[in-house]
Amino acid sequence: MSDITKEPFEPRIVAFFCNWCTYTAADLAGTARMVYAPNIRVVRIMCSGRLDPQFILAALREGADGVLIGGCHPGDCHYQEGNYKALRRFTLFKRFLKTMGIEEERIRMEWIAASEGDKVQRVMNEMTEAIRRLGPLHLEPPNYQMVEEFAAHQQAAGLVQGGAR
Amino acid sequence: MSKPKVGFYWCASCGGCEEAVVDLAEDILKVVEAVDIVFWPVALDFKRSDVEAMPDGSIAVIFINGAIRSTEQHEMVELLRKKAQVVIAFGSCAHLGGIPGLANVTNRKAIMEEAYSNVPSVTNAEKTVPLEKTEVPQGTLSLPGLWETVKTLDQVIKVDYYLPGCAPPTNLIQDALTAILTGKLPPAGSVLAPDIALCEECTRRDSRPEKPTLKEFKRPSEMIVDAEKCLLAQGLLCMGPVTRKGCGTPCVKGNMPCTGCLGPTSHVKDYGAKALSAMASIVDSNDEKQIAEILDRIVDPVGTFNRYSLPASLLHRRYQGAVDGGKQ
Repeated sequence: MSDITKEPFEPRIVAFFCNWCTYTAADLAGTARMVYAPNIRVVRIMCSGRLDPQFILAALREGADGVLIGGCHPGDCHYQEGNYKALRRFTLFKRFLKTMGIEEERIRMEWIAASEGDKVQRVMNEMTEAIRRLGPLHLEPPNYQMVEEFAAHQQAAGLVQGGAR
Repeated sequence: MSKPKVGFYWCASCGGCEEAVVDLAEDILKVVEAVDIVFWPVALDFKRSDVEAMPDGSIAVIFINGAIRSTEQHEMVELLRKKAQVVIAFGSCAHLGGIPGLANVTNRKAIMEEAYSNVPSVTNAEKTVPLEKTEVPQGTLSLPGLWETVKTLDQVIKVDYYLPGCAPPTNLIQDALTAILTGKLPPAGSVLAPDIALCEECTRRDSRPEKPTLKEFKRPSEMIVDAEKCLLAQGLLCMGPVTRKGCGTPCVKGNMPCTGCLGPTSHVKDYGAKALSAMASIVDSNDEKQIAEILDRIVDPVGTFNRYSLPASLLHRRYQGAVDGGKQ
């Protein structure tokens, strides 16, 4: 094992929270001074229905180890049915990611109402721990020159046998 | 003035793109009149040494079809990049990875095992697999090496233009050739097709509901397809809404849904994720269990939505970290 892996691993998690429920709940958790894992970076979106699956892939591609999606409870969507659209997409996208070898625990969707600051705290802690157990996500870069460097790096860290190319 | 020199080359592809060039029919004579074909291994006898002997930049335009997945293809396209002024990625495989790109859901080892041991028609008790180097009494035999990951052409060399399609439609090829011959090419990096969704040119467009919703996804083989009505409205997974137009919808005219070979418009980064998003969101249910049941009819989401575009997608390939010990 090289030095790279001796660093304690701190998961980087990107969260997409809907403006009306989950983001407000996160705000509540903050003002109530609830203590939770600092590993989550929150991106506010107007509605979980705005979440394009491309955002999730882009987050993983840019270095996130996991993605958390928060929306209003079913029936509570500020835009009537945005969270149902999110649910439909997420249901299929989970299967897509499974085929692509991404562990299920890395992507999580939760309905969190504006009053549920404690749920934000619990989910963030749970997810951070789940991803800490999984370890970092090492996505292979696209260009072949970068792939060679990546393979050498991976091998040095004792992560993958053989060339990645 | 001497005629511009043009070449064609193929990598990991089926040969359909070469067929598309021949499909220009009589018009190909006009092309031959206007240009000198200096390299086209599938149709004319040229060797690699012929290309090596050409001065750098002497080929005006090289059309390369096929994805890149072997050391030989890699060397050839690097050589052709040096010899050509303009490189055009020709067809879905060179553009987005294409059907060969679906190999990225597995890996080199599994492909070798499947092809040389597991296929029922193969008897290979010694588990012989092709090797890059084999020692025989007469010396060393060599074969090109197979890459772990299939790449698009632009992940390997700089590409100037893309001609999309599986295979590229003849009208787009003609437009591209005209643009090249008249020097009216768009800015470098462009896809040589209209930048708008396929539905726009679909003959069934008027029957597409304002807001399509589906209770069930069907397959063309399970139903009598209405020849007039929007295929999506009939329950078929038609990729028209997320795919670039320009082909004249031959599949849809033949009662087959669009599978997305022309790839996304310039507004989309990851075709598969966008297509999945569009198709999943029209499911007509708000019940978690029922949604899952309806979507279970899409048996293979990766192969369905990234049929031609897996190597070009944001993930590029199946994540292998977990399998090979990515855990710390």
